[in-house]
Amino acid sequence: MKTASPFLELEDTPRVDVSFEGTTLRLPVGANLAASLLAAGVEVFRHTPVSGAPRAPFCMMGACFECLVEVDGIARQACMIDVTEGLKVTRAHGREAQNDAS
Amino acid sequence: MMRRDLVIIGAGPAGMAAASEAAGRGLSVSILDEQPRAGGQIYRDVDRVAPLRGDILGPEYTHGTSLTAGLLQDAIDHICGAVVWAIEEGFRISFTRDGSGAQIDADRILLATGALERPMPLPGWTLPGVMTAGAGQILLKQSGVVARHAILVGSGPLLYLIAAQMVRAGTPPTAMIETQTRGNMIHAARHLGGALRGWRYLVKGARMLAEITRARVPRYTGATGISIEGTDKARAVCFTSKGCTHRIPCDTVMLHHGVVPNTQAARSMGVKHTWETTQNCFIPQTDDWFQSGIEGVFIAGDGAGIGGAKAAEFAGRLAALQIACQTGHLPQADRDQSATMLHRQLAYEKAARPFLDAAYPPCTEALLPEDKTVICRCEEVTAGDIRRFAKLGCIGPNQTKAFGRAGMGPCQGRYCGLSVTALLAQANDQTPDETGYYRIRPPLKPVTLGELAAMNDSTLDATE
Repeated sequence: MKTASPFLELEDTPRVDVSFEGTTLRLPVGANLAASLLAAGVEVFRHTPVSGAPRAPFCMMGACFECLVEVDGIARQACMIDVTEGLKVTRAHGREAQNDAS
Repeated sequence: MMRRDLVIIGAGPAGMAAASEAAGRGLSVSILDEQPRAGGQIYRDVDRVAPLRGDILGPEYTHGTSLTAGLLQDAIDHICGAVVWAIEEGFRISFTRDGSGAQIDADRILLATGALERPMPLPGWTLPGVMTAGAGQILLKQSGVVARHAILVGSGPLLYLIAAQMVRAGTPPTAMIETQTRGNMIHAARHLGGALRGWRYLVKGARMLAEITRARVPRYTGATGISIEGTDKARAVCFTSKGCTHRIPCDTVMLHHGVVPNTQAARSMGVKHTWETTQNCFIPQTDDWFQSGIEGVFIAGDGAGIGGAKAAEFAGRLAALQIACQTGHLPQADRDQSATMLHRQLAYEKAARPFLDAAYPPCTEALLPEDKTVICRCEEVTAGDIRRFAKLGCIGPNQTKAFGRAGMGPCQGRYCGLSVTALLAQANDQTPDETGYYRIRPPLKPVTLGELAAMNDSTLDATE
């Protein structure tokens, strides 16, 4: 079991495997990727390039770019992507990543 | 190259209503939208979600299905998942879809790009776990994902709406920390006469408050000194209300103190914007038919000034009527006849607005934050930085880019632009109009070389 998420999913829908930072998560197929990652207990989506501060989804409508992650190697907004089987998602790393690979 | 009588940007209430009206009058219409399914933010994913969570989200939400139904006409080409990044004169719209670039030409354009949350820079607002109330509502609407322990911070009807929806979903907010004061309400009372003409909204507001009270959600009003505590993520909200300081632990914070027009596309085209004091934001200048100063460019819905979903719908239809008239698809007399009722409906929708604007004004300490608060989230520029730039002679938002990269990150100023204008205006003792706003240029959203390279060849031939 993963750690308790601050978020609750109201419905149970069919799930597929998605890799996040090398860990396999079972996310609802067709669901919004940012929402599903939050519900799966992912708290930090990226670190800023300036100070390395942690960030997570803020607007959920494609405007703020706080949920930027790398999907199959390309930087994309998680809130603008649907969950599909086999997605490989990693954090978009900022400066902190150079000192502390987490 | 595909050419359309009308290209609409945004499939929210204004865009959908306009598409339906224009197609019904015989125009060829394309409607471009970033989301995979129609609805905009207010009716996000409504066709799929209404049967699932219509009871939680209420009839105001499920009404959206009547608008999505209007898109099912042969003359309407709904291009979903399309991220528009440039609109050039003539008009040529460039967008990305499914990893490749594409272009479409239009005789006329309707920008129905809606609203953004008003930026609410408070100490700690960049921490994971802090999001806009709109984001919290989108999580609930589209994904059925609700926060277990959320604190709602700010003011305004949307804050009550999402609180009521969270109550219905079985996860009432931990607390509501509200910034409006009794003085605001007394000040707003002089607009009550007008608001009573839009009485249904007042009744709806009273019902939402009753739902929140019944669920025993603690409400703190007149809150000041608000900060979000935490280093790695939001842990608590600290504030003062009625002379007492409070610290309430939580893991999610939802911020809201109104929404403002999303003006990026209109500004990139050079549409003139002016400061609107009652709404505390810039709005594009448009005429009675929502045409901007640039002939053929229309702006309807919240993007032209905040009026709400129903107002957007009526405005979209009015713009479409004028476009149909201009293009010879509708005689003027018929246009005017159809417009009469729409103008009346629009007036009804706007009746309660001055009361709401006065009763729930933006939070002062978030309009002019303390020095150490980050205002440009992308480049991590603080309010103090902007004040320091002003002392060094920085008079306008564009110069702040050179001074310290404010507004130059991926969000392109969407969540700091109004803060920068307000801080510079105060520091330089100028009006917001004198201070101005960022110059917005394409690309409006990031576009990769791969997406450009994948652009259809025939399109490229036509470009060069």
